Amino acid sequence: MKIIYTDSLIIGGGLAGLRVAIAARKRGYESIILSLIPAKRSHSAAAQGGMQASLAASVKSRGDNEDIHFADTVKGSDWGCDQKVVRMFAHTAPKAIRELATWGVPWSRVRAGDREVVINAERVTITEGEDAHGLITSRDFGGTKKWRTCYTADGTGHTMLYAMDNKAIELDIPVHERKEAIALIHEGNRCLGAVVRDLINGELIAYVARATTMATGGYGRLYSVTTNAVISEGIGTAIALETGIAPLSNMEAIQFHPTAIVPVGILTTEGCRGDGGLLKDVDGHRFMPDYEPGKKELASRDVVSRRMTEHIRKGKGVPSRYGDHLWLDITLLGKAHIDKNLREVKEICEYFLGIDPSKDFIPVRPTQHYSMGGIRTKPTGESIGLHGLFAAGEASCWDMHGFNRLGGNSVAETVVAGMIVGEYVADYCEANSLDFKTSTIESFVNRERKKIDDLIARSSGEEVYELKKSMQAIMMEKVGIFRNGDGLAQAVEELQALLKRSRNIAIQNKVRSSNPELVEAIRVPKMLKLALCAAVGARDRTESRGAHSREDFPARNDREWLKRTLSTWKDEADELPTQEYVDLDIMEMEMPPGSRGYGNDETIHHADTAVREKQIEELKKSMPNADRHEMQEAIMPYVLPEKYRGKNERVGVGYE
Amino acid sequence: MSNDEQGRTLKFHILKYDPQLEGDEPRMVTFEVDEAPGMTIFIALNEIREKHDRSLQFDFVCRAGICGSCGMLINGKPDLACRTLTSRFPRGEITLLPLPAFELIGDLSVNTGEFMRSMSERVEGWIHDQEQESVDLTRIEERMDPDLADEIYELDRCIECGCCISACATKRMRDDFLGAVGFIKVARFALDTRDKRTDEDWYEIIGNDDGVFGCMTLLGCEDNCPKDLPHQHKIAYLRRRMVKVT
Repeated sequence: MKIIYTDSLIIGGGLAGLRVAIAARKRGYESIILSLIPAKRSHSAAAQGGMQASLAASVKSRGDNEDIHFADTVKGSDWGCDQKVVRMFAHTAPKAIRELATWGVPWSRVRAGDREVVINAERVTITEGEDAHGLITSRDFGGTKKWRTCYTADGTGHTMLYAMDNKAIELDIPVHERKEAIALIHEGNRCLGAVVRDLINGELIAYVARATTMATGGYGRLYSVTTNAVISEGIGTAIALETGIAPLSNMEAIQFHPTAIVPVGILTTEGCRGDGGLLKDVDGHRFMPDYEPGKKELASRDVVSRRMTEHIRKGKGVPSRYGDHLWLDITLLGKAHIDKNLREVKEICEYFLGIDPSKDFIPVRPTQHYSMGGIRTKPTGESIGLHGLFAAGEASCWDMHGFNRLGGNSVAETVVAGMIVGEYVADYCEANSLDFKTSTIESFVNRERKKIDDLIARSSGEEVYELKKSMQAIMMEKVGIFRNGDGLAQAVEELQALLKRSRNIAIQNKVRSSNPELVEAIRVPKMLKLALCAAVGARDRTESRGAHSREDFPARNDREWLKRTLSTWKDEADELPTQEYVDLDIMEMEMPPGSRGYGNDETIHHADTAVREKQIEELKKSMPNADRHEMQEAIMPYVLPEKYRGKNERVGVGYE
Repeated sequence: MSNDEQGRTLKFHILKYDPQLEGDEPRMVTFEVDEAPGMTIFIALNEIREKHDRSLQFDFVCRAGICGSCGMLINGKPDLACRTLTSRFPRGEITLLPLPAFELIGDLSVNTGEFMRSMSERVEGWIHDQEQESVDLTRIEERMDPDLADEIYELDRCIECGCCISACATKRMRDDFLGAVGFIKVARFALDTRDKRTDEDWYEIIGNDDGVFGCMTLLGCEDNCPKDLPHQHKIAYLRRRMVKVT
């Protein structure tokens, strides 16, 4: 049996995983990263728009600070987040940007003087200050009060990932590529590492570590149409679930984006509609004004996605071999505008659709985009059930996004969580030696080997590709943008049936070394468990919150549902997750639940909300001379690693 | 979408060879696929794997032309398979081979990861600045000229897909030739004022025949770069700069 020992094992080589590895390495702990692919190919590279951090250098972001970033994020989450974690995040984000600037990210910079921008579809001239010239600039994004999203042209995730991986190479951190963790090893409630399959030669290797960090991204590929990379199948999250003691959280919280191209699901930016693009149906009719006469195409993301789905269900979609879609029409913007301002969209249209968006309509459809749920962790990033297991980035439910993530907060979370969780991983390595029985490692490796042996030996049974497709179709249709009790009950039943069938998969290709069909056969039963967590969570949550939208329960219900969902898979033979709920305590919140400011507020409020509001008001009155930092500390104290506690300096206001 | 691309039957001629399997021999295998509107090689290969050959190996990650995983020879030219539409081939015959110059993993899958990591280590592709670790992250960042930031980004757009290496005649003749992907990294860090390395430092890395003086200027890199990076210009620029060091 091959065993590889290290201090800090990181599963996943995207931004979050790399940053955790760097943190542990800098504190003197050996780190090994496992990755399905070369680290620079990770899905982090797909983030184009940018990263939120309240640097407040651009004229349209002046006055921004951690407080406003905090408030935007909490509202965006529909009060489903952990507010202390949001505070940790908002306070560290400026430091993360500045660190990446020293590591080589060529952040776009402020240029002093006049420049023309488009605000509310009108050309406006704004004037950037001389004092900010050469500082990191930022752009506007949805759901933010200030222009807070820092960027590198339209390749932000790419430049961040490259700078981060380059730093890891400088620190000589090994990335073991084409390796897949297929099970976590644990003794009681202590994680000891993972059983890993080499995707080239098929060998099983035990990686044994003091601390193990899951940074494997989201689970978008549970859906038939997703903007996510093909590797975003949630396997890291699933193997945590399969321990039976590491709970997942809020798996039903799944975000959809209105305009991904059909069939491949690649995103076209919201800027298409921001600049005046229209959504049209099979008859060429502009339908959004029929549903949303006020904001039309520019209603919020979840509203537009819901309306588009509704319209397709009415039979107004455009039929295609790849299912019904709608049209995004940007021809009215003209070639000059598209060539200059929507260059990425133009290239995507040319390469993937073979069309010219200045002449042709773009086929689009609302598409799965982001997983708010994941491995439930403490604010330190450690699993609440399995000691020595940490999670960071999209794989985790840390939980700063609650039920809806703001654009620009995803790459921000990866690097900020990487910094913070990385410190706690190093602390854990410092405090805990590696103490285990070899027989434990052996029994886990043998268990996994037997599963693979059984798969290869089975001569007839279920088709893995068929099971996967069925699952993806069920998730898309019944656990999608709009959900209702009947559909969700059916989804659970159907997924359960698929899970049972997945225990009898037979593969055609019997090769033990590199074998894509075997990879699918190992993954699909795990994906089905995640799908069931999401479906059961959505079925049982009889309210609408953020991206979880129930047709039969349209209001947010704080009185009964201001809770975090926890899912565990107690026994391999189980056919459903065990669900529990944990209250979000309003009496500890800095910002008690209120309205997000969309549509009519029909929220069913919790009795504590008014009590807490009054309490905070009185506290504020009792401290008339406190500055904003002191006030925040008094209302909701939170903990950060020492090195990230310092106040953030901004141009014109210093450390205020 | 034109009608004539519907109803076509495409013929894919694909190199099959799995070095992990004892006795396996490289061979060309032909698969037929019904073309669909908007079909890419990504979609077609997945269909072939599912319907015809469960063992077929290939690499895709983002399938959006940004991660650099899916470089392969498509009718003789290195390119990204994910963003290549089948409608680009009027005869409906598409030959796929793995990228040459890289270790073959199997069929169309090659080991670019290991190659790119050693390239990064060779050019030390990170910011060299002794002050870096002592920077106070609470303070306002060091200023940078906005134009310089944009210029660095232009060179930082490389996705390490390996197409330039596969298209490089010098690389075929010289195993240790750094190649365009390495030169563009050097040009990127040499341009970056945050990196304190001098021309003498760069000369140590690229000032020989395995470096910038070995390039035969056939410019397969420039012709085949999926990101249209300015390889020709940067190789010439580095040469001029390195000549001055000697």
